[in-house]
Amino acid sequence: MTLSWKTGGLALGLVFFLAVLLVKPIGVSTQFVILDGIAWDAVSSEVVTKTEEGYTSTNAYLAKSGGKYAKSVANPMNYSFIFVLAMMLGAGVSSYLRKGVSAEEKTMPALWRANFGDSAFKRYAVAFLGGFIVLYGARLAGGCTSGHMMSGMMQTAISGYIFAAGAFAAAIPTALLMFKSEG
Amino acid sequence: MDLILAIVIGAAFGAVLDRIGATNPNFIGKMLNLTNLHLMKTILLAIGTASVLMFGGQMLGLVDVGHMSVKTAYVGVFIGGLMLGLGWAASGFCPGTGVCAAATGRKDALYFIAGGLLGAAAYMGTYPMWKASGLLSGKALTLGAVPGSKYEGLTALPGDIMGIVLGLGFIVIAFALPDRLSGQRVEAAPAE
Repeated sequence: MTLSWKTGGLALGLVFFLAVLLVKPIGVSTQFVILDGIAWDAVSSEVVTKTEEGYTSTNAYLAKSGGKYAKSVANPMNYSFIFVLAMMLGAGVSSYLRKGVSAEEKTMPALWRANFGDSAFKRYAVAFLGGFIVLYGARLAGGCTSGHMMSGMMQTAISGYIFAAGAFAAAIPTALLMFKSEG
Repeated sequence: MDLILAIVIGAAFGAVLDRIGATNPNFIGKMLNLTNLHLMKTILLAIGTASVLMFGGQMLGLVDVGHMSVKTAYVGVFIGGLMLGLGWAASGFCPGTGVCAAATGRKDALYFIAGGLLGAAAYMGTYPMWKASGLLSGKALTLGAVPGSKYEGLTALPGDIMGIVLGLGFIVIAFALPDRLSGQRVEAAPAE
């Protein structure tokens, strides 16, 4: 069951407010980098190293800003990483309580099926490529829908508005072209 | 303490994303092809509510201004936004809703996450090139300077009052926006 936009919007707004009140604004996409770093460091332990002031990395991106990403890679039990795991827990429990997602939907959404047919391979390939450019773009921008668009615009951050302008300028024409049938 | 807050706020965020339909790529697709703006109205109301509460709380001295975290504005933000928008529309997922959708059992979301991990790794590899291009340099700005914050204002307007004004603006737009904008569905002819 989906909440009305009024109830849902208030609930979502309260979560974003509580995050800023108690800790800091919500963001997600950095944690893809942290998980990559954890995996990379597990197979090749010289990637992240401890220094006198903190942590650094052989990778320039993990080492930037005084090694703050390298530090998170070395200590996965940090606020932002646990936050994303908890999001999954919350969404999973919520979905279970509303009797979950149907088997058909689990493979692909009805809107996709109505426009592109039943091929799971095609759907998975586009989901994979979509994930690639979404995360590449999010890291280039320095944030994603939650960090830039929601947390950014609620703080009147200019970067949040620039990001939202770019995201919708690409997303709306793409969706209009791809999803002509409403399913 | 931090980790307990991470679990509580994170779980609440995931549960709310699920209940507003954001973990469902059908709603994302229908928002972006402008045929069902339910999710858009929800998000606009959320941004407005959070903004008014945060800036109002700051003005009353109840919210620590130091908790604000404003990201730098640079050309790459727009380019990255375009890329994210393209992939977001095609897949129906963004980073946060993608991991939550996977948790609700959607298999296509797992492919999105796999692609995302590779995309993030590709950025880690190409970061020096972007850095050298100068497209990553800029300034962290708010619309107006917020009293007590370390960020500069783009304009001379008072940042906290502007936050409340913009927040109320988001709420008004949420109410004013119709349920759909494009391609009115043809209603079935009533039975005789």
